[in-house]
Amino acid sequence: MSLMKHLLGASAALALSAVAALAEPAIIYDLGGKNDKSFNEAAFNGAEKWAKETGGTYKELEMQNEAQREQALRQLAEAGANPIVMTGFAFGDVLNTVAPDYPDTKFAIIDMVVDQPNVKSVVFTEEQGSYLAGVMAGMASKTNTVGFIGGMDIPLIRRFGCGYAQGVKSVKPDAKVILNMTGTDPSAWNNPVKGAEIAKSQQSQGADVIYAAAGGTGVGVLQAAADMNILSIGVDSNQNYMHPGQVLTSMVKRVDNAVYEAFKEGADLKPGVNVMDLKAGGVDVAMDDNNAKLVTADMSAAVTAAADKIKSGDLKVHDYMSDNTCPAGTF
Amino acid sequence: MAAQALGGRQATAAPYAIELRGISKSFGPVQANRDINIAVPRGTIHGIIGENGAGKSTLMSILYGFYKADAGEIIINGQPTAIPDSQSAIRAGIGMVFQHFKLVQNFTVLENVILGAEDGALLQSSLVRARAELEALSKEYDLDVHPDAVIEDLSVGHQQRVEILKALYRQAEILILDEPTGVLTPEEADHLFRILAGLKEKGRTIILITHKLREIMETTDNVSVMRRGTMVDTVRTSETSPEALAELMVGRKVLLEVEKRPATPGREVLKVENLTVRTEGVDRLKGVSFAIRAGEILGIAGVAGNGQSQLLEALGGIAAASGRITMNGVELPLKGHKANGQSRRAAGIAHVPEDRQTLGLIMDFTAWENVGFGYHNAPEYQQNWLFMDNAALKADTVKKMATFDVRPPILTLAAKSFSGGNQQKIVVAREIERNPDLLLVGQPTRGVDIGAIEFIHKQIVALRDAGKAVLLVSVELDEIMSLSDRILVMFDGKIMGERDPETTNERELGLLMAGMTESKGA
Amino acid sequence: MTKLPRWADVVLVPLICLVIAFVFCGILIAAIGQSPLQAIWIMLEGSFGSTNGLGYTLFYATNFIFTGLAVSIAFQASLFNIGGEGQATLGGLGVTLACLMVPWPHWSLALLGSIVAGAAFGAAWGFLPAWLQAKRGSHIVITTMMFNFIAYALMNYVLVNMLRPLGSMDPASARFDKVVNLPKLGDILGLVGIPFSNKNPANISFLIAVALAVGVWALMWHTRLGYALRAFGKQEKAALYAGIDPVRITIYALLLSGGISGLMAVNAVQGGAHRLVLNSVEGAGFIGIAVALMGRNHPFGIVVASILFGFLYEGGSQLAMGTTIPREVITVLQALVILFTGALPYMVQKPLEKLFAKRGGK
Repeated sequence: MSLMKHLLGASAALALSAVAALAEPAIIYDLGGKNDKSFNEAAFNGAEKWAKETGGTYKELEMQNEAQREQALRQLAEAGANPIVMTGFAFGDVLNTVAPDYPDTKFAIIDMVVDQPNVKSVVFTEEQGSYLAGVMAGMASKTNTVGFIGGMDIPLIRRFGCGYAQGVKSVKPDAKVILNMTGTDPSAWNNPVKGAEIAKSQQSQGADVIYAAAGGTGVGVLQAAADMNILSIGVDSNQNYMHPGQVLTSMVKRVDNAVYEAFKEGADLKPGVNVMDLKAGGVDVAMDDNNAKLVTADMSAAVTAAADKIKSGDLKVHDYMSDNTCPAGTF
Repeated sequence: MAAQALGGRQATAAPYAIELRGISKSFGPVQANRDINIAVPRGTIHGIIGENGAGKSTLMSILYGFYKADAGEIIINGQPTAIPDSQSAIRAGIGMVFQHFKLVQNFTVLENVILGAEDGALLQSSLVRARAELEALSKEYDLDVHPDAVIEDLSVGHQQRVEILKALYRQAEILILDEPTGVLTPEEADHLFRILAGLKEKGRTIILITHKLREIMETTDNVSVMRRGTMVDTVRTSETSPEALAELMVGRKVLLEVEKRPATPGREVLKVENLTVRTEGVDRLKGVSFAIRAGEILGIAGVAGNGQSQLLEALGGIAAASGRITMNGVELPLKGHKANGQSRRAAGIAHVPEDRQTLGLIMDFTAWENVGFGYHNAPEYQQNWLFMDNAALKADTVKKMATFDVRPPILTLAAKSFSGGNQQKIVVAREIERNPDLLLVGQPTRGVDIGAIEFIHKQIVALRDAGKAVLLVSVELDEIMSLSDRILVMFDGKIMGERDPETTNERELGLLMAGMTESKGA
Repeated sequence: MTKLPRWADVVLVPLICLVIAFVFCGILIAAIGQSPLQAIWIMLEGSFGSTNGLGYTLFYATNFIFTGLAVSIAFQASLFNIGGEGQATLGGLGVTLACLMVPWPHWSLALLGSIVAGAAFGAAWGFLPAWLQAKRGSHIVITTMMFNFIAYALMNYVLVNMLRPLGSMDPASARFDKVVNLPKLGDILGLVGIPFSNKNPANISFLIAVALAVGVWALMWHTRLGYALRAFGKQEKAALYAGIDPVRITIYALLLSGGISGLMAVNAVQGGAHRLVLNSVEGAGFIGIAVALMGRNHPFGIVVASILFGFLYEGGSQLAMGTTIPREVITVLQALVILFTGALPYMVQKPLEKLFAKRGGK
């Protein structure tokens, strides 16, 4: 009998919390999880920033499997969450079918364009930020060889690698750029051990700067690079702090800003495509106290120059995903 | 009078090593033991005989602490003793040699003997002490096992002696042997009985469980007969006869000799030419040639492991071979995927394999599934192109179980739950009822109780009398002598000679089996 | 030896395992400061409390029925096929090609086409390890596992380089035409007047899976092939005596097993996602092993075990959405249930046997 009471009490509590959830914004992290020190964590930071500033609360959810995507979206929408932000292109397809069912709910998706009247699509020009990272890597390299380690081998990550290779070649046309991917399945996003192995292999081929665009796997790359006393480049979040003085820079993708703004706009979220490029501050290379000693004046000047050209449109960095080819390297 | 005293329920302080009083045990509805009383005098060999399923093994398992009796008590050296587990049995001085040995195959004799009886934290000191004791025991009882031999290199007979050593090392005063000769050659069996006699002389008590009357008659002092869970009688061996014991066991008169008319061999059914089987780089069967005619039983005598198994497997389509076999004038494939049990059956060959538990039956399958084993493609068991006609197979099983008196006649019982004799009846029923032109039979009565032996022998003879050919392989010379119309003796993969059972004798065959060809004997 | 009564073996043992698992889960949840009862309630309520939740439960269960049956068929022949993951992945490719390449006029025809294609692709992926085992003696556990990795890599290549619509960065195929979408379970039940939500991916594949379970049962116990498979699985040498060809049986077993694994894609890809994504199988191939173990290799047991695992998956989702229990802990909870129900029944069986023996002995 008392067990029954307990259960009833529990369900009542659940129902209450569902009511309280009304009009809260919500965020859904992709399979990598919110503590990936990279992409999803940047989104988490944005949400936290909003919560701290406004004192509001939000709902968050970490995906466990593919079939959950649609279920989670529908469940959050039905519970009245607004807006619902999701990180990662993988939500695109599902969102395309779910969004029309909830016309009064606003959605924001990062890294993907979904053409629906109630969806805001936030995309970044990763090739531009990576190009700047490449410029720095090219100048910092003494061996004339640099490396790139991607997570799962998908076009989006090749876009990072291709922009990076172009940046390297722009300052050292004869430099060797080693482009590797961690794997072909989603575990490649979260395999720091393998990341470290590939970093060691690249180092043995002469690489002395390695750019990791691999989510949680990058943590292993950065660690291995620090252990081997070579430089690394972080991604998405500013990772310079992880090994001060040994991370050349981080190609930051302001996912946090995207989430923060979406939350801030709330139910009035403006639908449409929002390209967060270099000019808009969507991507950049991180400069802070942790890497100040590594960045020479020349380097700094070169980055600024390249950035200016990109912003003005004088320099067009080739986007791998526009035609699935890369003029500066092969994967 | 003595017999009565042995079987009686006396509370005197008689010099009994073991007394069981009123032991009962049932498994669900099956009463395996019902009010069993036995008293075994110290320093004797006491036989327990009974058909398979009579409750002998259950009784011994109770004595060794594997099962707990539902009622009754065990008295050891006059002391009522509880035996809840096998450790207590060992402490009470009981040693057991099982039918299937419990030895670690890649350990040495010494390691096996001290396994579980290491007496200190340091293995080395145990080993040194054990070695000395082992050598002493081995010499004292003529066991002839070297402490450092690895078990898997030893013959079955030697492995059994290791089991005996293990029991002796643990100071067993009472040694129980469960069907010890089932796996032994005649010589090994003789050796075993010499060892047992030696043990008895030194004052140890031996309980010998068997269904072989000859062993009982030759070795025991007293014998208890069990039938269907009850103790029928206990008698002095010297005061009884095999016929009397068989009648007690089966509950009716039993013919120990096979009755058969002289053979009338007809046309040649099977011709074997230069048959050779090579396994793991060794020729096990070396160019054997012979023929079998319709209406005769050809017996193959030999000590186990001299190529008989390979002969049966090659003929049965199980082992790849070279040479030539012709069945009813048609040559049969000897290798490749066409040489298999199915095509042999199609050619009119039925096969009762030597090892029914690994070849002849699927032990986890039910009785009716096993009756279809090997014939599962037979048209009469099919409903249509897709489904088997399980109902037809079951009906056929009911019929066969009735004809062959398989007990219990339960269709859905797993093969492993039948006694050895009844398992064999299922196999024999399945194979003989097909009315094959040629029946291959390996060890038809191994581990089979006496009632079933008589029945199976009759069936084999009946098949012969129906004009069919039978190839009989057995290590039991008695069986070969009494059933065969002609005898071939095998040694080391070759045929040493052919003998007529009417004119030969065990001694002559024994010499041939040992590879000695010269004298033709008396 | 005393054995448990059948009902105890089939019902009581799994039930006790489940209770033990839940006790451990409860301790774990309490240890991170949450209410175990509330968590269990959320799981139950979420996965069985509404027809929508039930739909998700059945959708997951459908995947597990397919992979569980696949594992069990091979297991009956004593072949441990742990390549269900790869076979189902390839099945997904087959289903996708069938759905994308052919302009189906009606879903029913598309269903037939995708069943054939999914089974064929899955079977092909099972065939190679089987052939290697039968002819070359390469152990099937190793080869099927390796083939999982090959399948992942192949799928990645095909999705990225061939099936990905131009301009999309999602390594996934295009969405299928609406014509090939399978009827939802809600729609089907609606026809017979049972109200059932159709906002969940549960679809006609569930009925196919249940029918397949019946089919597998008939195959195993009422056909020559099933007989031969089981005989071979029990005693390989005896099978030889009976004229059962080890090479053929090994290959048939893996063809069937792989084919059924491949059918999982009909549910997951055609019925659920309506497109092929990377990792469309998501571990269901491995869950199939636990399902087959828990279901005692019997098709009906597998259906029941699948629904339990469906509940675990859906209940896990509900926990993630309804509480702040971290995702990692939820995975641990699921793993605990799998551990206790799949791998440890023997731990329960022995003491239970003793208990029964004692009771029977009195």
